[in-house]
Amino acid sequence: MKDHLGRPLVAVTGIGMVTPLGWGVATSWARLLAGDSGIRRIGRFPLDHLKTTIAGTVDLPEEADGGSTAFSSPQRVERMAAFAMAEAIAEAKLGSEGDFPGVLMLGMPPVEHEWPQRFAMARAAHSGRYVDQVRAATGHRDLYETFLFGGIGERLAARFGTKGAPISTTTACATGATAIQTAVEAIQRGETLAAIAVGADGSVQPEALIRFSLLSALSTRNEDPARAARPFEKTRDGFVMAEGAAALVLEDYDAAVARGANVIGLVAGCGERADSFHRTRSNPDGAAVIGAIHNAIADAGIAPAEVGYVNGHGTGTPENDKMEALGMRAVFGDAPPPISSIKSMIGHTLSAAGAIEAAASLLSIRDQVLPPTINHVEPDPAITLDVVPNVARHVTGLRHVLSNSFGFGGQNVCLLLSAPPEA
Amino acid sequence: MNREIWITGIGLVTSLGEGRAAHWAALNGGAVPVVDTDTFAPYAVHPLPALNLDAQIPRKGDQRQMEPWQRLGTYAAGLAIDDAGARGLVSDMHLIVAAGGGERDVAVDEAIAAELAELPDAEAGPRLNERLANGLRPTLFLAQLSNLLAGNISIVHGVTGSSRTFMGEESAAADAIRIAHARLAEGRGEIALVGGAFAAQRWDMVLLYAPGGALWQGAPVPLSERQGGGAVLGAMAAFLVLEHAEHARARGVRGIAKLGGVVTDASRRAAQGDSAATAARLLRKLPLGAGPLGIMSGDSGTAVQADEARFLAELPQAATRRAGTLIGHGVEANFPAQVALAATAIEAGGFYPPLDPADTPSDAVPRQILVTGFGVFRGEALALVEPAS
Repeated sequence: MKDHLGRPLVAVTGIGMVTPLGWGVATSWARLLAGDSGIRRIGRFPLDHLKTTIAGTVDLPEEADGGSTAFSSPQRVERMAAFAMAEAIAEAKLGSEGDFPGVLMLGMPPVEHEWPQRFAMARAAHSGRYVDQVRAATGHRDLYETFLFGGIGERLAARFGTKGAPISTTTACATGATAIQTAVEAIQRGETLAAIAVGADGSVQPEALIRFSLLSALSTRNEDPARAARPFEKTRDGFVMAEGAAALVLEDYDAAVARGANVIGLVAGCGERADSFHRTRSNPDGAAVIGAIHNAIADAGIAPAEVGYVNGHGTGTPENDKMEALGMRAVFGDAPPPISSIKSMIGHTLSAAGAIEAAASLLSIRDQVLPPTINHVEPDPAITLDVVPNVARHVTGLRHVLSNSFGFGGQNVCLLLSAPPEA
Repeated sequence: MNREIWITGIGLVTSLGEGRAAHWAALNGGAVPVVDTDTFAPYAVHPLPALNLDAQIPRKGDQRQMEPWQRLGTYAAGLAIDDAGARGLVSDMHLIVAAGGGERDVAVDEAIAAELAELPDAEAGPRLNERLANGLRPTLFLAQLSNLLAGNISIVHGVTGSSRTFMGEESAAADAIRIAHARLAEGRGEIALVGGAFAAQRWDMVLLYAPGGALWQGAPVPLSERQGGGAVLGAMAAFLVLEHAEHARARGVRGIAKLGGVVTDASRRAAQGDSAATAARLLRKLPLGAGPLGIMSGDSGTAVQADEARFLAELPQAATRRAGTLIGHGVEANFPAQVALAATAIEAGGFYPPLDPADTPSDAVPRQILVTGFGVFRGEALALVEPAS
């Protein structure tokens, strides 16, 4: 079956997910629909001198509650990505153990040595200087392979037996969506019949937290962690850093049907548009945000009025939510569909967000239910949208969902997720 | 759809200079390597030439928002756009950048490590927070984010069609070019900017690569004499403007060369020879013609060079050139730089003289040039560069 541009339809046949609400799709989705918050006090490292002391951290199964500094960000990314991939592949029942018949597109954060490694190298070298540490680190191939940009993708590709060179992407907060888009395009081009796209992030470590803090991007509502993430709400004061992963098994629709796979939904359209205005802010005219939304809807070959729900970027920063509301009004006019932000519950999972939110969008179509935007106490008079406040909503006839991802650095990606074609 | 794609612009910076004309002249004129053996001893680097940053990044405010890696990449991207005469086409130009990590603030890192490394955890943790909160410049974060090279190219040059950043060392760049080429070939846009930059003169890069045994120690020797002993990092940036041939013709622009194909894979490298076998399989996917073949080898001098030699041995009739002996290894910039050098030779209707003692003694003019890329850790890639008809 082809789409309106003559391209193969791209089916989603498996979903995997790790969020601050739990490991696995079932737990995460049930708790998202229940309006639970996964934001809590950080337990992984000391909090002295920090302006923000809360996050949506994900403990690894063997970690005590709250976690520790024993695992670096790339190790966390790899673990969560591997879990989400395994869950998605198990649902899709595609390929065999260690032999996935498709490409891997991995959205992940940049990685570098972190302070535990720096301190260990300094102790080994009896010196804080790079020149001495280089000498002390010589022969530590583990350090090299862990912190190479290509290391995580290689290990995941080897473990799951994906085909071809794994591609690792970063487009800041749009990363997960970029990974999905890159996979969708490979199937549309006929390069492959299957792909697995995963977005993962595990960046809650002191330096990353402080860097975001120095940009004044984070909520400082530390006293009540579960209430801190307030997308689209009047008193919102920033996003809450979080961790997680999601994976989608994507297939050529005809190939999926031919093998008897259960098609959960389609990635019907992808749209992108870069911004040239500022490193951390969108152009006030919203052109790039509006362009990305328009492009996704046009790529899917539907009309804006057919979009039944938007899973918003909704970070909870004053700036983002205002721009997203502007974009919604520009594209949908007087009758915008409901928009909610699951970041109100799980925080901003950064490189994973685009993938987790695309997965949630598909689950909304599957189950005909919209997750809420929690912590909606005082509406922002400048944002006159139906944000599905506080309580999940059951719907009927939902076929098309828009998932927005807008990144620092002006990288905007929107995905249009659709129900499977009607028989 | 499988449309013909040309390279219509090149922005190339290496230790030998900037621009394709300068590189053509230098490599044909007996250039000797520019090497700094002292600063990062025992590891040598090929340093950046002096750049007139104002020519491509006119606003000082923009320059201040970047560190050397982003400045280098943004500068080279601008050179490519100028070379393509494409300043007016940037709003719908697509962008894929192969990125590494941004710079660390070395002075801050060293001071904190010296002060806190030996303290018990309970004491070091709180003080680390304090030192970072007070010591990190807010703008440094943006200079460290890998996707902000692309962000800066959008801001400084106005490239806004789309923006993607790939990570993963040499492979990232080869896949960036492959996907940029494939998207244009299937009709997703008419023009794209793709490439990468590598700022070699950085302790954080030395600290990343040296523990893997990936770096050559001591004064550089030619690639072919290293026996897998390691790469000499080379400061380098290379961006290509790729364009649908009809689109270029319609605006009166002649292609520098045609990009005939780009293919990539990643062998697990479980055994010696696996990487060579992977490359041999890739070669069969490219439209190699009957005429003389040139090879721009992306040899890095690391362990995988034995596999590259095995692969090249299957192409005995080809004339191989190893520019890395002169310019070093540029990681994310390496494959784009080799493609740029290949396109430059095709456009000039000639080839480079032997650049390494093992290079084929031949003065045949290649009709096609094959570019090889064997990643230091992983990744095999080939590109075929031909005359633009």
